[in-house]
Amino acid sequence: MKSSDTIKHVKGESIFVDDMIVPEGTLYAAVFDSPVAHGKILNIDITAAEKSEGVIKVLTAKDIPGENQIGNIIEDEPLLSEKVVEYIGEPIAVVIAESPMNAKKARNKIKIEFEELTIITDPREAFKAGRVIAPPRVFAMGDTGKAFKDCKYVIEDKVEIGGQEHLYLETQGSLAIPTEGKGIRLFSSTQSPTAVQKTTAKVLNLKMHQVEVDVLRLGGAFGGKEDQATHWAVIASHGAHITQKPVKIILNRHDDLRMTGKRHPYSVDYKIGLSDNYKILAYEVTYYQNAGACADLSTAILERTFFHTTNSYYIPNVRAMGISCKTNLPPNTAFRGFGGPQAMFVIESAIHKAADEIGIKTYQIQKNNLLKENDMFYYGQKADRVNAVKCWNKAEELYNYSKKEKEVEEFNKKHLLKKKGISFMPICFGISFTNTMLNQASALVHIYSDGSVSVNTAAVEMGQGVNEKMINIAAKVFSINKNRIKVESTNTTRVANTSATAASSGADLNGNALLIACNNLVDRLRRNAADILNINDELNIEFVDELVLHKKEKTGITWEELINSAYVNRISLSSQAFYATPQIHFDRTINQGHPFAYHVYGTAITIAVVDCLRGTYEIESVEAVHDFGKSINPLIDLGQAEGGIVQGIGWMTIEELVQDEKGALKSNSLSTYKVPDIYSAPKNLKVHFLEDSENPFGPFKSKAIGEPPLMYGIGSFFAIANAIKAFKPDVKIKYSSPITHEKTLMHLYQEEEHTKIKTGEIESNLITEKT
Amino acid sequence: MNTKNLSFILNDVEINTKVNPSLPLLDYIRKEKHLTGTKEVCKEGDCGACAVLFGEVIDDELKYKTITSCIYPIGNCNGKHIVTIEGINKQELLLHQKAFVDENASQCGFCTPGFIMSFTCYLLNNQHFNLDDAINSIAGNICRCTGYHSIERAMKTVLDQLKTDGQIDKINNLIDRNIIPEYFKEIKKGLINLSLPKQTIPDKSAIFIGGGSDLFVQKPEDLLEEEVYLITERKLNYIRESNSIIKIGSGTTFEEIKQSELLNKYFPTIKKDIDLIASLPVRNAATVGGNLSNASPIGDITIILLALNADLTLSDGEKERNLPLREFYLDYKELNKQKIEFIKEVSFHIPQKKFYFSFEKVSKRTYLDIASVNSAMLIEVDDNKIISASISAGGVAPIPKLLDKTNDFLNEKEISIDTIDEALQIARSEISPISDVRGSADYKRLLLNQLIKSHFLKLFPHKIFESQLI
Repeated sequence: MKSSDTIKHVKGESIFVDDMIVPEGTLYAAVFDSPVAHGKILNIDITAAEKSEGVIKVLTAKDIPGENQIGNIIEDEPLLSEKVVEYIGEPIAVVIAESPMNAKKARNKIKIEFEELTIITDPREAFKAGRVIAPPRVFAMGDTGKAFKDCKYVIEDKVEIGGQEHLYLETQGSLAIPTEGKGIRLFSSTQSPTAVQKTTAKVLNLKMHQVEVDVLRLGGAFGGKEDQATHWAVIASHGAHITQKPVKIILNRHDDLRMTGKRHPYSVDYKIGLSDNYKILAYEVTYYQNAGACADLSTAILERTFFHTTNSYYIPNVRAMGISCKTNLPPNTAFRGFGGPQAMFVIESAIHKAADEIGIKTYQIQKNNLLKENDMFYYGQKADRVNAVKCWNKAEELYNYSKKEKEVEEFNKKHLLKKKGISFMPICFGISFTNTMLNQASALVHIYSDGSVSVNTAAVEMGQGVNEKMINIAAKVFSINKNRIKVESTNTTRVANTSATAASSGADLNGNALLIACNNLVDRLRRNAADILNINDELNIEFVDELVLHKKEKTGITWEELINSAYVNRISLSSQAFYATPQIHFDRTINQGHPFAYHVYGTAITIAVVDCLRGTYEIESVEAVHDFGKSINPLIDLGQAEGGIVQGIGWMTIEELVQDEKGALKSNSLSTYKVPDIYSAPKNLKVHFLEDSENPFGPFKSKAIGEPPLMYGIGSFFAIANAIKAFKPDVKIKYSSPITHEKTLMHLYQEEEHTKIKTGEIESNLITEKT
Repeated sequence: MNTKNLSFILNDVEINTKVNPSLPLLDYIRKEKHLTGTKEVCKEGDCGACAVLFGEVIDDELKYKTITSCIYPIGNCNGKHIVTIEGINKQELLLHQKAFVDENASQCGFCTPGFIMSFTCYLLNNQHFNLDDAINSIAGNICRCTGYHSIERAMKTVLDQLKTDGQIDKINNLIDRNIIPEYFKEIKKGLINLSLPKQTIPDKSAIFIGGGSDLFVQKPEDLLEEEVYLITERKLNYIRESNSIIKIGSGTTFEEIKQSELLNKYFPTIKKDIDLIASLPVRNAATVGGNLSNASPIGDITIILLALNADLTLSDGEKERNLPLREFYLDYKELNKQKIEFIKEVSFHIPQKKFYFSFEKVSKRTYLDIASVNSAMLIEVDDNKIISASISAGGVAPIPKLLDKTNDFLNEKEISIDTIDEALQIARSEISPISDVRGSADYKRLLLNQLIKSHFLKLFPHKIFESQLI
């Protein structure tokens, strides 16, 4: 299982963009960004900056040879703003200088005049003011209006969801090198080499074939380099194009935090209705997504929020409305889960509140409504190979839930100022890009005459271990030693028209393409082996442990001999293959279809302990049963699950983005934005691989793993909430994430009016009981 | 430009160079030496990705500590052994590198060299190993990918393998156990034989720098332009007792406070208290004098020393004067200090009567974070009666604050819930917290309330009961 990448990592020998040896004469870029969140640019004065020491050029919008446009889904984002700025951190000018320090000093000399315009940072206000990214969308099934009338319990409330900074440890960066014929070779820390290539070509007025994008690996991304790496890559390319010198840009941490978007905050209204036996009959929800100033991927992210509105539950009547609201914050973007986690937090809040109002345990509703085989998702896909109940039951039994619940109750009886809370968090996550078009991938495999193998795919390695999985796949198909196989950098000249490595789909799409490429080669090599053996029985030839077998018998031919002979016999040892996910489709005019190849399931049990004197807490334990399918690489998959859980806990607990009324980020450094440290990780963290799960859509029946485990972290909110309730049973939980130490203490001690949600009209304590 | 002659050993190479002493060590390592295994992530000592080993010969013994090179002035490296990840690598994997690989304790790899260095230092520094201490040694390293459990498993594997060691000759033993490379044998001799360039005394307008852990976060670029005076050269790191007075040199690091036998004797909880302050690499650099003169309203060491009624000795290089610490802070970041003065020493009396001490701190993240509110209490008690109480509080005023009115009130009172309730009323009246990124004013007011309760509950569990505090 040892990964060659990991061996380089532990020795500090892995190369990231900032570690590359740069060509002589490389110049450095610093971005001058807007200091105001909304304003009309009246004048930009770059004269002092141009005269500053070591400055080669100061670039503004008027220096752009092609289109000043980097928007991906919607074209609403300039590379460099010319007339209006809409968020603090929006790039306006770029200093190109002989050293990073010279560039930075010159940047401070740029003067700019604005006419300040109204700043809106709240999505509901933006909606009221008509500032939206796209028109509202509605997804629906059944008739909620009618169904609510049949409900015994109807609960309405509001949910506030905080954003999340990616905090990839490697900041955004690129190195652009001019090539002959005005081309660009670009080394970028991006999840989307093709998007970078395409956008660079558009901005510089080049053909895509003039731009080569190469990605070796990323120092973490989590979605933050899916769309948002493009800006910096194009800025470096623009500098290189104009100066015809290599240009490097590495954002320092403060610039990165200020200028780049985060996970979307949402403000949400919901109404949930249950029958007397706790079946959820109806659910209505309105999502106000805080998109920030430009579309970025917001509409796609909102779409995934729709798809995960009912999480792991079957609800017969659902109506969801969602709006991407345009605010004066940096464009919010993809982040592990891509809108799914927000939807799940809302439905879990609704269930938690309903249970509280009814006076039952949350799991009595959760367990009673889990998805079953052939249940219909409200977007028109029939659920198959459903593992929701299986995971739940396994978790309940394996981790001995009833005993745990008793222990928590006893602990709470014994302790006055320390209380524990326990929660269940089931997940159901759809796999496939929700934009059907993106579900395609290519692979290119070369076998060299010495028997070594080179694998090229569109997958970008960012720590998720996709390269190792590609090696696992190729090694398995060829049945050769792993050390013969190398995964090359992701490069647009070798694999073209790629989709981003995102949506947890990297190993699925690229692995399937790679499987086809490897199998093509195996077919040729079998024929070649049959020729060497002078038999006409290639179907009985197989490769096992670097040897050629015929009818399970050794033939005496080794892998190296086989390859060498294929070369001598003039057989192609290269194969390019293409994969497109079958069966998926979605009709956006009616918001119905079959958008996902399959779903991933799981259940986690979380225990939190709250210090009710100080308002602090610890997440004591998270124990999950997760549906990995048949894992290609259990060690890597375990790492993804554990890492995702802790990142999810961070989002729900200590990671708090703070902006002031001027739209300036106050949590703008690692000293003010806190991600989990080792002490924040649950002491007890267990992940059990669900048995007997098969998936026909994943390579070797595996399932995607990147995103789903993050959502177990949502359970930490409810575990803390339950501990708070143990201390103060009549408290009305404010469903506002993250539940920081501050909010915890306020829940424990503040009078009711303070804990109510500040904005909005809906009474938070509406329950109608019908007899 | 301000430059300085320095001699030190970087990995296995002796360096003699002329360099701006304010250059962060990380920039020298990465940009001038192109040793790129050490990573830049936060540039403020908050993540450990830039951790390197810092070796020095103290009392004829070669000792190592980890420092965050991103905020460490290279000027402080004179005569030291600086070790980057490249400086421990061998052809084959080291024992702990292999454990990290086997457990997949590295995903994207950007934080990994920092973890390896911090863990190496733990193995270098300790005779007896246990997992909790090992975790503490890497707790200043942030990983965004793994969720830490694989890292913990990797460390456990290593410690299990080392358990049976005799640990007589540390360096040789670690070389034998494949934890550091051969050349470490020669380092002690090499450091002793370094001919250190003579240092010139900077002029009086220079900026004083202790460990740099605040200044290099706040204004690294300005420091490159300015004349600086590196306090560490004055060897002001000592903790002494004479006539019931504890004297602490201003260059004493937080970690030296934590490990001080003397302080642990009088303040048995000090180890746990200091664990709430920064990470090990930052504690290895941050100094008492730096914390006091940074004048942060939530400086942890400041809050502790305020409660202890400490006095300062200020020096302008010639004349000295003494000043109670409580009179040092005039307003937000405004000090009762001339620019040419620096803090030389801080001292406080050990109370003669039975006394208790408590430190409380709550922040967004329990460890390695700046407080929302912190508070310390020194209380002298005769039977059930308070002889004197000294409660300080941070994050509730523009300056680190002694709660004078509250403290006055508490004198001569019986320890009871009524006394505490009344004291809390008074405390509320003398604070003026503001809402900021660390919490709302309402929260900070409530939190101080709770922390004062915590002091009493913790120190007097037989007089104050949990049920009274609800």
